[in-house]
Amino acid sequence: MNIIHVSRLSKIYTTGTVSTIALNDVSFDIKKGEFVAIMGPSGSGKSTLMHLLGALDAPTRGDYVLDGEEVSKLTDDQLADIRNRKIGFVFQAFNLLPRYSALQNVMLPMMYAGVPKIERRERAKKFLTMVGLADRMDHTSNQLSGGQMQRVAIARSLVMNPSILLADEPTGNIASAQAVEIMEIFQKLNKEGHTIIMITHELDIAKYAKRIIHIKDGKIIKDGKGYMQRRIRASGVQ
Amino acid sequence: MEYSEVISESFGNMLINKLRTGLAALGIVIGIGSVIALISLGQATQQSIQDRIEDLGANLLTINPGAQRTEGVRGAAGGVTTLTLDDANSIKTSHQITTIRNVSPEFSRRAQVTTGGANTNTQIIGVTPVYATVHKITMDSGSFISERDDLGMTKVAVIGLQVVSDLFGVGSAPIGQSIKIAGKTFAIIGITASKGGTGFGNQDDIIFVPLSTAQKQLFGIDYLSSIALEAKDSDVMTDAQTQVGYLLLARHHLSDVTQADFSIMSQQDILNTASSATGTFTILLSGIAAISLLVGGIGIMNIMLVTVTERTREIGLRKALGAKKKDIITQFLIEAIILTFSGGIVGMLLGILISYIISNLTQVPFVLSVQAIMLAIGVSAGIGILFGWYPAKRASDLQPIEALRYE
Repeated sequence: MNIIHVSRLSKIYTTGTVSTIALNDVSFDIKKGEFVAIMGPSGSGKSTLMHLLGALDAPTRGDYVLDGEEVSKLTDDQLADIRNRKIGFVFQAFNLLPRYSALQNVMLPMMYAGVPKIERRERAKKFLTMVGLADRMDHTSNQLSGGQMQRVAIARSLVMNPSILLADEPTGNIASAQAVEIMEIFQKLNKEGHTIIMITHELDIAKYAKRIIHIKDGKIIKDGKGYMQRRIRASGVQ
Repeated sequence: MEYSEVISESFGNMLINKLRTGLAALGIVIGIGSVIALISLGQATQQSIQDRIEDLGANLLTINPGAQRTEGVRGAAGGVTTLTLDDANSIKTSHQITTIRNVSPEFSRRAQVTTGGANTNTQIIGVTPVYATVHKITMDSGSFISERDDLGMTKVAVIGLQVVSDLFGVGSAPIGQSIKIAGKTFAIIGITASKGGTGFGNQDDIIFVPLSTAQKQLFGIDYLSSIALEAKDSDVMTDAQTQVGYLLLARHHLSDVTQADFSIMSQQDILNTASSATGTFTILLSGIAAISLLVGGIGIMNIMLVTVTERTREIGLRKALGAKKKDIITQFLIEAIILTFSGGIVGMLLGILISYIISNLTQVPFVLSVQAIMLAIGVSAGIGILFGWYPAKRASDLQPIEALRYE
């Protein structure tokens, strides 16, 4: 079953008279339960693709169906609803609200969904415990390490039980030992059935994924697992 | 999303930058404070003038001798001897005059007053019994000048509380004792209740004696210094002025109004003028205060715009997590309203404090104006909505992607 169906998706940015094609006629499907890494050099269009998949931006052309809903034709508020219910975001810069405790940060998406306050608290506690932060629920971001902040963000991305997890360079701001812990959490979530799409430019992070889509100049140049594994072995990274 | 949560969150946001929040709210505090203080003081002044109208008698007309015209040479009022007791009696008895209820002929002059040890210089007013009715005199103790006193030209005096304390000491009850007015001995038969005195002279520093006694025994004259008239109704004041005016012109053998050797003033005319002047002044000052309120509102808008810019990433994140436009507008609008509303509350307290202090320093009564308080609350919340809406709208229009990229 396809959870994501992307067909001839294009995004063109126009600044004055200059048009830049960030994404050019991209088509692919992602099945439920997949763990996909999107790789590419900077300027390749992978961030644009990420924004379109995250319903943060609208495509210039093409179709995007997420979990049975045609996303490319929705209004701003409907998009907000899609982001709230169907997408869990994990950002490179964590994007936690600094004044809030870990618990409050995790409760935030449920506030916009109108979940009753008591239930919000219970669900937030459950997911924070799941990512191993049961003893740090009342800590604010400046009392947490990078890895811990990203685990709070993962808990936050999960509380609404989304159709997909969208991670943008999730280990980019984290020390490598903690990065491994984060990736292990993603693997565990994937094993439990979560669909994960992750953007990265690091091979040793991408190797945790089961499928790697490689983008360059706004087009998919490689899509698969095998060729990457060969390159990973060739580069000596384990 | 529940409002209580948004409100408590907004308080949290405001407390992050206390100095900035305080300064932004200060504009509102000053604006609301000055509006409240000025409205309260304006109303207090109006009320005090209103009270005085009641005190002096709203239906009171005063005839003073002396020319009414404003051109040419004009003799000093009181230096003219044209007003007589006959004038007063003819007003009382004339069939043409239908609007006057009571006529009080009066003669007033300052004189030296002594008792055994003390002495004072005070206003002596020769009156008939009707004076008490016309001028709404009430007695503290004893009785007022009677018809018999006036007919019999008796040497009796009714004195004000100020005179009592000047001559006999505060709290004493000197009824039955005697005083010397201009060397002649008078028996005290009554003490008037306090009327208080502001602006129009101390109403308690007065000695009343029978008119006949004052004219013949004390001062040796046969004219009046004024005639007070009580009209039947405050609606007929103008008619009364006209009727009495023509009667006196005829009696004084004068052909037209420009030659009049007397003037008829309505107490209410004077006080109305004073009252409308105060009203205009209050409106003017409130206008200036309203401008400071407007400036305060612009300050709030400015701060809210800065806040929106500063929190672009936060707004982007909230939108990424599912906040709709409405949620973002609500959040920023409530922050602006809380800012102006708390400024409004502080300003209101400040305004009340200021008007309380001023009313204590001056003799203007302290009036807590409910309208002013409603106005303060309404206006400050309104300013929050008015000046908070644009920044809130701008925040909600931010694209989540732009907002997240913002550094």
